[in-house]
Amino acid sequence: MSRVPAIRFGPVLATALVGLALYLAGALWLEHFVAWGVFTGLFRDNAVLGVVAVGMTFVILSGGIDLSVGAVAGCASIAVAVLVERAGWSPPAAIGAVLITGVLFGATMGWLIHAFDLPPFIVTLAGLFFARGTAFVISRSAISLRHPFFMEADAAPARLAAAVGGPESVVETLARHAPTTSVVFLATLVLGVLVLRFTRFGRNVYAVGGNSHSAMLMGLPVGRTRIGVYAISGFCGALGGVLIATYRFAGDPTAGVLLELDAIAAVVIGGTLLTGGVGGLAGTLLGVLILGLIQTAVIFASVNSWWTRIAVGGLLLAFILLQRVLQRTFHAASAAPE
Amino acid sequence: MNATGDRAWTSRLPPWAWAAAALLLLLLFNALFTEHFLSLDVKQGRLYGTPIDILDRATPVLLVSLGMMLVIGTGGIDLSVGAVMAIAGAVTAGLIARPEYSVFGSFGGPESIAFAVAVAVCVAALAGLVNGVLVAGAGVQPIVATLVLLVAGRGVAQLLTGGQIITADEPGFRFLGNGAILGLPVPFLVGMGGVGLVAGLARGTALGLLVEAVGENPVAARHAGLRAGLIKILAYVMSGLLAGVAGVLVAADVQAADVNKAGLYIELDAILAVVIGGTALTGGRFSLVGTVVGALIIQTVTTTVLSQDVPVEYTLIVKAAVVLAVCLLQSERFRSRVRLRRRSARTEARA
Repeated sequence: MSRVPAIRFGPVLATALVGLALYLAGALWLEHFVAWGVFTGLFRDNAVLGVVAVGMTFVILSGGIDLSVGAVAGCASIAVAVLVERAGWSPPAAIGAVLITGVLFGATMGWLIHAFDLPPFIVTLAGLFFARGTAFVISRSAISLRHPFFMEADAAPARLAAAVGGPESVVETLARHAPTTSVVFLATLVLGVLVLRFTRFGRNVYAVGGNSHSAMLMGLPVGRTRIGVYAISGFCGALGGVLIATYRFAGDPTAGVLLELDAIAAVVIGGTLLTGGVGGLAGTLLGVLILGLIQTAVIFASVNSWWTRIAVGGLLLAFILLQRVLQRTFHAASAAPE
Repeated sequence: MNATGDRAWTSRLPPWAWAAAALLLLLLFNALFTEHFLSLDVKQGRLYGTPIDILDRATPVLLVSLGMMLVIGTGGIDLSVGAVMAIAGAVTAGLIARPEYSVFGSFGGPESIAFAVAVAVCVAALAGLVNGVLVAGAGVQPIVATLVLLVAGRGVAQLLTGGQIITADEPGFRFLGNGAILGLPVPFLVGMGGVGLVAGLARGTALGLLVEAVGENPVAARHAGLRAGLIKILAYVMSGLLAGVAGVLVAADVQAADVNKAGLYIELDAILAVVIGGTALTGGRFSLVGTVVGALIIQTVTTTVLSQDVPVEYTLIVKAAVVLAVCLLQSERFRSRVRLRRRSARTEARA
């Protein structure tokens, strides 16, 4: 039992150390890097990626993959914009409708995967094409959101604090460091952790990802769990789209291209194995923050933006090799006679 | 006709039968509803017409799909092909536009273009080698190992081009993308060459059998004395090499290297072509004919949607529907469900 932490916490610990090293390197070499604004900016600028990565973690833990999330986010952003600006819906109704559609879309993909034994890769790829196509059918170009709801939405935490009579300093801090997008990201993350750690569904996700056949033989609801994780991912994709609409004040059918890639990268860097069954959301948060740190550092160092991609690829390589080493040591140790 | 007879009938078909049927349906639809679909013209010694156009445009996806098929046959997957195409395009266009890097130094001569293409294809094969070593040597999951290059590859290509679109407008290069030999477009001939190469390697030698053995059961293959790792590496090198050729063709088509657009999402199209063609993602079997048919289906869908005056944005939705339909047809569970329903309907009618 004493060796279990090596595989369970090793990758997350390594991710945390790399994140810390990156931050320290930035602090040493880049001016103005150490500031509250820069740190809280990480959460604000990567909220969309973060929310989508939370959903992706569920899917990957269950042994699947969801390629459709970026397209779902783009489609959701343009759907919100059209419903509000063209059809005259009230923003909460539009957001609610889009989120429910996202859940149904994800659940449908999960059902197809489970009921007909289709590869998740192909089904969610069809989902990517469908969602991106639908986004372009809804509108070929971006639509800006002029409804006052979206103008004020991002400052909601500060306004709420002011409304309940919070002290001036708290209101100001919230206004500067806690826009709604960041709060939604953190709330999604906390909710995800609670579901994954403390519900039967969460345990089933790990069981199905570890070995879906054994899970079935143990009488666990494999089908419901599979459909559930894709529904969660669909919800997170749609929520990502709503966040895009909120902070860009526009819906854009091209938004979220390659977002699925960054989300998968964040999850893998966070130590979750793509085979399923091993990993968690703490790692995903670190993965998202590391991707954000790299991007911020590249901007601060004013080198060309392609270095971001190369650095992310290099980190990804380093992490998967590290995971292999950890896995091998673990397997060698557990195979050795006691 | 009873259910067992039914199953025997469908399972006796070759794996690509469903795809071939789909392609025939698509072509039939076009022959009936698309004007001038079957007409061929000869202008300045080159064949023109929609069928030729489909064959010509399907070439990059076809080449990438062939490599992808070998990789999937070993039980792997190669997500990096689009990024490798971008790198190959950047290398060729860069070497043609900047002859001082070329050993020949001359500008636009056939040998300097051949040199540029050769270097690009070698670089692409090298990228495949990196993937192969990660998968076979380090034992990393294929989907993760090739994810590295998918993420970093376009960054590397941008590094090579300095973030610019490099134009390389040379007669020899233009010929590669738009020329014709004996009336047939050069890209099409290159594509046929790729099919011939892979067919020769996979079915002319034992290599195809070895790939399938490794994909079916790598442990058993190793115990049988096969060098499973080497065969896997070879499959990834082939995938990289063919993606490199596709990248050169795409760059030659527009005489420029646009690293942001070249080969974007082509890995998805290629995987689709392979899967539609009846090759299972689990590996162990692959169908060369099916892959060629799959690549043609993908291009025919795009061309059909365009020529039917349907807005471009519906292409993706049609593609999604085709993918799902073919996958459902191939799913044994879906077929048995439909059969069950039909049978119960029949019993009800009888009662």
